[in-house]
Amino acid sequence: MAIVHLPSGLAQFTGGVESVAIDAPRIADMLAELRRRFPQLADQLDDIAVAVDGDIYADPGYQPLRADSDVHLVPRIAGG
Amino acid sequence: MSERTFDVVGTRPVRHDGVDKVTGRAAYGADANWPGMLHGALLRSPHAHARIVSIDTSAAEAMPGVKAVLVGAELPDTNASISLGEAAIELRDMSHSMLARTKVVYHGQAVAAVAATTLDIAKEAASKIVVTYDVLRPVLTVDEALAPGAPILHDDLVTKGAAIGPKTNTNLAARYEFKRGDLDAGFDAADVVVEREFRTPTVHQGYIEPHACIARCGEDGRAVVWATTQGPFVVRDASAAIAGLDPAHVKVVPSEIGGGFGGKIVVYLEPIALALSRKAHRPVKMVMTRDEVFRATGPTSGTKTHVKIGAKRDGTIVAAKVSLWYEAGAFRGSPVGAGAMCALAPYRIPNFFIEAHDVVVNKPKVAAYRAPGSPMAMFAVESVVDELARELKMDPIDLRLKNAVDEGDQAAYGPKFGPIGLKTLLRAAKTHPHWSAPLGPNQGRGFALGFWFNGGMNSAATVTLGADGSAAVVTGNPDIGGTRAAQAMMVAEELGIDVDRVRPSVGDTDTAGYTDVTGGSRVCFATGMAVINAAAEVREELKRRAAKIWNVSPDAVAWEKGRVIPPTGAKETKSGADAQPMSVAQVAAKMTHTGGPIVGRASLYAPMAGPGFGGHICDVEVDPETGRSRIVRYTALQDVGKAVHPSYVEGQMQGGAAQGIGWALNEEYVYNRDGVMENAGFLDYRMPVASDLPFIDTVIIEVANPLHPYGVRGVGEVPIVPPLGAVANAMRSATGVRFTQLPMSPPRVLEHIAAREAVAVGA
Repeated sequence: MAIVHLPSGLAQFTGGVESVAIDAPRIADMLAELRRRFPQLADQLDDIAVAVDGDIYADPGYQPLRADSDVHLVPRIAGG
Repeated sequence: MSERTFDVVGTRPVRHDGVDKVTGRAAYGADANWPGMLHGALLRSPHAHARIVSIDTSAAEAMPGVKAVLVGAELPDTNASISLGEAAIELRDMSHSMLARTKVVYHGQAVAAVAATTLDIAKEAASKIVVTYDVLRPVLTVDEALAPGAPILHDDLVTKGAAIGPKTNTNLAARYEFKRGDLDAGFDAADVVVEREFRTPTVHQGYIEPHACIARCGEDGRAVVWATTQGPFVVRDASAAIAGLDPAHVKVVPSEIGGGFGGKIVVYLEPIALALSRKAHRPVKMVMTRDEVFRATGPTSGTKTHVKIGAKRDGTIVAAKVSLWYEAGAFRGSPVGAGAMCALAPYRIPNFFIEAHDVVVNKPKVAAYRAPGSPMAMFAVESVVDELARELKMDPIDLRLKNAVDEGDQAAYGPKFGPIGLKTLLRAAKTHPHWSAPLGPNQGRGFALGFWFNGGMNSAATVTLGADGSAAVVTGNPDIGGTRAAQAMMVAEELGIDVDRVRPSVGDTDTAGYTDVTGGSRVCFATGMAVINAAAEVREELKRRAAKIWNVSPDAVAWEKGRVIPPTGAKETKSGADAQPMSVAQVAAKMTHTGGPIVGRASLYAPMAGPGFGGHICDVEVDPETGRSRIVRYTALQDVGKAVHPSYVEGQMQGGAAQGIGWALNEEYVYNRDGVMENAGFLDYRMPVASDLPFIDTVIIEVANPLHPYGVRGVGEVPIVPPLGAVANAMRSATGVRFTQLPMSPPRVLEHIAAREAVAVGA
């Protein structure tokens, strides 16, 4: 299962949980599962970026996850 | 990738658009003039914070020559946002910022617009619009904005990311937090701890070309916009939404662009020009003055940063705490999240805590500015690391090398790094002759690092082969830093043709595939990959065409440096002789008989991949009598992955260094108590010019990015990050003063030198 790490600032919306194992084939499925498990987190996920094995997807969608993917939720970044 | 040898990539051909630019033929935003065109002007708020009680436009509308008057209430309100790929734009905020509705929240915010037959008439008519204000007290800094009882900019502002519970009646727009390990235990284990607080002022990108556009909206709602922009598709989508048009009916043609650095990603004039044109049934041209650019477009944040770092006696950093407060301007959305993610990015630190605050103040809404958010945070961290090196009596590069991240290390912002060139860069800096060169009197030397993620996002490209074997490549990225030349080089590399026979073009929104903005250091990386893929498609089609000519299987045709190679036994159809290799031009000449035009297309979404590190060495000389400082030597080192056109890579490094030096030494918005900027012009807003700076030496480090076929990393943003810290650390070395507030302008330097001397005398 992919290990999903949340920035510590979001732990208040998950009851203190900062990382969670999720079995999901794609980023979108992983985010849906996070929303299901932590309803208070849902609003915070609307404009979040997702890093999968080091690569940051600013517009996370249907990109695949591996069974052992290392996933981090991070703020979206605007370049100049 | 890194093992690949190149014929064109890595060379330095003359840019395709160069002659037009140096001869003045290139057409920029203000250069377009259309038949029947009107001129637009804006009435701007004289107050930084006020409720609009009433607007009377009757006198303006009655003036001869006035064809349309527009106020904010005529624009539709929207709660939509559009994605920039990297961050979302709240269109409601953007719309209200460009044309106020019921409240003004910064000095210079537009409250009404006029279109008239001449610019003078438009300006005079705007001046006749009567606006009644209920003036409110402005807040101009994060401290003022967050103080108890502070005036609130937006009654409906909710703090994003704050603790669950009531979050209204605040100027705190967002809060982010990152942590790892046990911070208290980390500091307990430290032998040396350094703690400082830093401030940086509001500064502008300072692009030479002001914002400008011309828009025509027909009776049928179909519209065309010519604009200077980093993102024509953003202009299309944002302008349509704000002006209330169907984006399917809007075409945006990007002009040449005279600099942007992030400041020309958002729109300021285009929706207003469209709305005026819709009312007047004539094209409307709008061009900002420099004064308007300063007062009413997005600079980058003024900031406050608190940094505490602890290390063992051997230099191992064991704990760090970073607190950031960034001004967003009058609407939410400072780059403080990125600042938080960059602050400790170069270092492997087991225990840290980073908190970041996005704060609204009565200043223009900030816009992106080259590595948005990173320079201010890293100025603070790199200054403290320099102090730490002094406390530990270590060479500052050795201290950084001891703690530098490498491939496989987990970044402070979360994910693990792939191949990165930070340690290679640090070793190159340490052995560079500059680092060990002797210093003169009143001179000091400093070193600092910089980090940026480098963007990916949406890109598309089309490569079309001519019957003469030449090629045209079209993308949707306005060319700011020489990307047309780089894209032509990629096509030439893939097809084995002369780069001078490739014509690179910037398409409009109807002719180019959707492409995200020219920004985020993404064009050479992401759009470049689309160009490479499109050219590769052409190459494969050339093999298929050759197979038809030789009547063999396409799989049997080989490719070698711009030629198709026939399989053994293949014969010429007419002569029956053994088939001979053919050049691109020879196959292209037969395209009509082998299937028609040859076109390659590619599109992709690239993740942000291939983060970049830079390190700058700065020598400064300070006149102790005047406080004036002079950069006497400067060297910029950067891991660029692979330099496609080294001259333009060096140019990016030099340009970023120059902007960062200006930020460090002189640039700042000066506001009075009422929130009015008092230096809105280049005479008083002091940017460095060529005579202020020495030659900026560059060292290109190439550690290939595995996600790009050539190994390219983004280049444009990293080099503005190190100068703030490098100059401050050099000033510390030259004067003995640790400057914690920018700019280090002569009056401030003199004041601190005097204070230091007073302490010395007193002692």
